[in-house]
Amino acid sequence: MQPKLRGFRTFLFLILLALSGKSVSAQDWFRTAIGMDANKPRVAIADFTPRADSAKSHSILFTQIVRDDLQFSGILEVPSPSFYPPQAPSVPAELKPAIWIDPPTNANFLGFGNLTESTAEVAIEAWLYDVRNPSSQAVVGKVYRGAPTDLQVRKFAHQFADEIIGKLSGGLPGVASTQITFVSSRNGSKEIWGMDYDGSNQRQLTNLKSIALTPRWSPDASRIAFTCFAPSAGLTSAQICMYSMDTGKLVSFPRFRGTNITPAWSPDGTQIIFSSSMQGNPELYVSDINGGRPKRLTNANGASMSPSWNPKTGQTIAFVSDRGGTPQLYLMNSDGTSATKLDVPDKGYVIDPAWAPNGQLLAFSWRRPNDNYDIYIMDAATRQIVELTRDQGRNERPSWAPDGRHLVFESTRGGTRQIWTMLADGSQPHQLTTSGHNESPNWSPK
Amino acid sequence: MVRCWPWWDIHGILQSTPAPAPARPTVTLQASPASVNKGESSTLSWNSTDATQLSIEPEVGAVTAQGTTKVTPSDSTTYTITASGPGGSASATATVAVNAPPPPPPAPAGPTDDELFLREVRDAYFDYDKADIRPDARTALSKTADFLKSNPKFKVTIEGHCDERGSTEYNLGLGDRRASAVKQYLVSLGVPADRLSTVSFGKEKPFCMESTEACWQQNRRGHFVRAN
Repeated sequence: MQPKLRGFRTFLFLILLALSGKSVSAQDWFRTAIGMDANKPRVAIADFTPRADSAKSHSILFTQIVRDDLQFSGILEVPSPSFYPPQAPSVPAELKPAIWIDPPTNANFLGFGNLTESTAEVAIEAWLYDVRNPSSQAVVGKVYRGAPTDLQVRKFAHQFADEIIGKLSGGLPGVASTQITFVSSRNGSKEIWGMDYDGSNQRQLTNLKSIALTPRWSPDASRIAFTCFAPSAGLTSAQICMYSMDTGKLVSFPRFRGTNITPAWSPDGTQIIFSSSMQGNPELYVSDINGGRPKRLTNANGASMSPSWNPKTGQTIAFVSDRGGTPQLYLMNSDGTSATKLDVPDKGYVIDPAWAPNGQLLAFSWRRPNDNYDIYIMDAATRQIVELTRDQGRNERPSWAPDGRHLVFESTRGGTRQIWTMLADGSQPHQLTTSGHNESPNWSPK
Repeated sequence: MVRCWPWWDIHGILQSTPAPAPARPTVTLQASPASVNKGESSTLSWNSTDATQLSIEPEVGAVTAQGTTKVTPSDSTTYTITASGPGGSASATATVAVNAPPPPPPAPAGPTDDELFLREVRDAYFDYDKADIRPDARTALSKTADFLKSNPKFKVTIEGHCDERGSTEYNLGLGDRRASAVKQYLVSLGVPADRLSTVSFGKEKPFCMESTEACWQQNRRGHFVRAN
């Protein structure tokens, strides 16, 4: 399947289009930037063989999760299982490569294996073979042992899928074992939630019963910084809160005067940048991760907020400011100097900057005049822009997966505000949440 | 001379044995409920044996061997039932406690502080994307300032609110600027700054939930709430 690039709407691009007469060049820069320009290998996943009836349901679950993960990755094709030869190998000695190479399967690689299960343990043997090089060793060969629960079998399937993706993507990690944090009000108040990257295992993390917003993972994924409403000096106001994944509890963070919002992490995980009106005007401050020694970075009219620290270089911070009248994107050095506006071709709101892991692409939300919010990506060096969503409700708050090929975002396209993922070219939109209202997703860096 | 009793006379002897003493009466008395509010009634119930006369005092008087009756004492009262009969007398007691009514509320002396606050304090409304004090907001805030200056006991929190169109994050910043603008304007009119605190709720606590300009205008405001 050829992922489809969606509308290129900037005036700049229209001019380029008029000059060049074709859109291929623009697609090329973008596909290269998100690492999706290679031919996609075809990876068939045979039904994993249960060694006993007790292992049947987990065999089906394991096989399905691996296929879903690989399909989701965007870098390989999973041929439809209905085309597969009837006999699935359970161990390498049973592998007949030729029947997997033949049409209609046309596989380049085959994943297969078996499950043994007792009441105490599930054991999964899993292999990936290059069926066009039958004499070669296994590309992946793994044994997974653990509790015979759905949750654990899912984890093993994600790990096996990530092994395959890591091997076939030239080193870019898979994201099947990653997590997404988000805000949900499904139980009443807005709280911080977590889920697997595919939307399973959704669970409430905080229970503050006030308003929790804008969660951001630390680079090592051990903490989540977020905006909370908490009492300070007899007044409940917006403050920075910190949640520890290790203890499942809040870590103390100092309260400041005024409105304190939108924390984000430095790439080395030693500093927090956030917006605060502790000295009057909402400006960006940087502190250590315990909130110590806050130092102001911006000094302008209007409010500055929503910082995103370039994760690759550590040198540049993108943020939102309405110093010019409406919220727009700005870039500045990480010491606060050289703030410059990132111009877009027409007016409107430009918000939610999010650096890609490669430090070159910036995802953001843009509401053009008389239009809705949509997700865009800009190449920070060339300022070229690609639109990823179009005419499907309100689409906001993109966050990159660590593979740099996927985005998670919130969208009202289904009628209510929900969390969705898509490939970074706008294809394969996939809804993760359905219950209540859900917003402000952030993809774990690992 | 020995007399010999015919056998039937033996019966006569037994019959002539003196009768036992009459049984002493017993009596019980219960009040249910044992505790009432003034004006409410409680039910007394009693039971007796071997009594020919029973009476409950105070109020009730003579009663039958067993029964129930309602009483409505005005104060806590201990009822005594006395049972008497050939075998003597017995008595039992039960107490109905009457709870005193709460003291009547003092007669209202004009509006309460909350009523006064709601009547005299005016919110300030804003234009889209703006934190500038509009002419209509100047009028509203002048009234608010007059009230706060003549009622120095009031401390207030100014909440900055926004409509739903901007992002969550931008609106928290904008709401902060709106609340600060309201505070600065009141201070310029002579309200002491230490009686004014500010908080931004962005678009998180809308007053109105529809996607119309009329509703959005309701949500773009600096809203006053009492802080003490």
